Amino acid sequence: MKMKYDVVVLGGGAAGMGAVLGAKENDASVLLIEREASTGGVLNQCIHTGFGLQVFKTELTGPEYHEIYKDKMGNFDALYETMVLSIDFDNNRMKAMNSNGIHDIEYGAVVLATGARERPFESLRIPGTRPAGIFTAGLAQKFVNLENHLPGHRAIIVGSGDIGMIMARRLTLEGVEIEGVYEIMPYPGGLTRNIAQCLEDFNIPLHLSTSVIKIHGKKRLEGVTVAKFENGAPLKESERFVECDTLVASVGLIPENDLVKRKIEMGSDEGIFVDDLMRTNYENVFACGNNVCIHDLVDFATVEGEMAGRNAALVAKGVKLPSRVGLLSPKEGIRVVSARYTTATEPFKIYIRVDRPMEIATVNVNGKAIKAAVNARPSEMIEVTLDPKKYNLKGKVELSAKGVKR
Amino acid sequence: MKTIEMTCIVCPIGCDLKVTLDDTGKFLSVKGNRCPKGEIYARDEVTDPKRVLTSSVKVINGKMPLASVKTDKTIPKRLIKDAMIIIKSTKVTAPVKIGDVIVENILNTEANVVATRSVKAS
Repeated sequence: MKMKYDVVVLGGGAAGMGAVLGAKENDASVLLIEREASTGGVLNQCIHTGFGLQVFKTELTGPEYHEIYKDKMGNFDALYETMVLSIDFDNNRMKAMNSNGIHDIEYGAVVLATGARERPFESLRIPGTRPAGIFTAGLAQKFVNLENHLPGHRAIIVGSGDIGMIMARRLTLEGVEIEGVYEIMPYPGGLTRNIAQCLEDFNIPLHLSTSVIKIHGKKRLEGVTVAKFENGAPLKESERFVECDTLVASVGLIPENDLVKRKIEMGSDEGIFVDDLMRTNYENVFACGNNVCIHDLVDFATVEGEMAGRNAALVAKGVKLPSRVGLLSPKEGIRVVSARYTTATEPFKIYIRVDRPMEIATVNVNGKAIKAAVNARPSEMIEVTLDPKKYNLKGKVELSAKGVKR
Repeated sequence: MKTIEMTCIVCPIGCDLKVTLDDTGKFLSVKGNRCPKGEIYARDEVTDPKRVLTSSVKVINGKMPLASVKTDKTIPKRLIKDAMIIIKSTKVTAPVKIGDVIVENILNTEANVVATRSVKAS
């Protein structure tokens, strides 16, 4: 089938839903293309609370956030259970496929809101066998919260990311014994509040600087060997066998950009480089949410999505948006910056991550401190507003973070 | 008097709280909270800790096998195990609508267990 829309949004999670609404509110014709049978993305399986404080000013569970936001969106055209096969960015067309066949879609602007996938357990390269019983945290979450399957009876969690800790609590409530959470880094990977409410509440031990060094079991996982790590190497004398039939890996997320690789500019962490208008290296292609960088809060993805949708609608209608004039360049102390280019027109928010825990971190623009963050941790994003009236955001703009003692 | 440190879990901001107690362990004051909810949290945490419980219940004749649920108020942490026993044995028949009361006044806590998603009938 042939179709034509002002704005086509790829992915119907929090960011994509925001983009659909943002484009609709600016009178664009919008098509959403979503791989699953419904909108919401990972929100549907995140049945815990902690969502919506920024967007709805109230604390919601993931499914509530999804349903309330969906009501706000009203009606829109969508292709569900549909995959985009390729995008021809030079001719503004894409090919998508579903059970009705192949669709040729012409667009005025595109919003990429494809989110992230889980870093696979295999990426840890742990020696031993490869039996059944090893899951990523999000997959275990889908089984338990959407499909009513229990992954096992006695589990360990590898990695202390938020989803891993949330699954430690969830599995405990469902009767699975969680032997412990193992984190190779000397500091936790997730939010402090999740250590409190997911682990400490249920007396689940968190082992820092410790990880799995061997997998045991033929058909089903029978146990793992864990060891303390020092200077990146396991300590022989600290080795310990842990009996378990389930391993849940929570070792990070990777922006999902396979479809647009080599066409859209992105960093070594596979996040798309956008400017302060959420625009990519094509003037009619926008990106938002976790395919730009991995966010702490779903609310941030929604806000970015709404902006991307709004700007996509403007471009589709022939409005010329301001050009890029500056490059945000992360230097010492900074691991992640959400936006990489500036138009230096309006004040805008960026999110950064420091590269190590700091008691107090000063965030610096071109060496000048503009914000201090107390208890800065890599796991917690710092929100920074960059105002072109206050700082020079043209040319190369260096962002850095310095640890200051209290 | 003594001071204990804790992280507020009311919202994802996660304020670092310093709670001062008297010698009998009674709550005196809290510092570090950025909103009034932090004070209530700290007070509860040193007397009778409370949590919102989220889980899911089985759905009969639904498009999905489960509907996610939460307690619409916090309940005492010590009752979570008992509340889970009730939630696990609860079944509802589709359609389920977001906000539907699934278990009323669970364990006399004055909190209702409510649906956090809609599930259509199959």
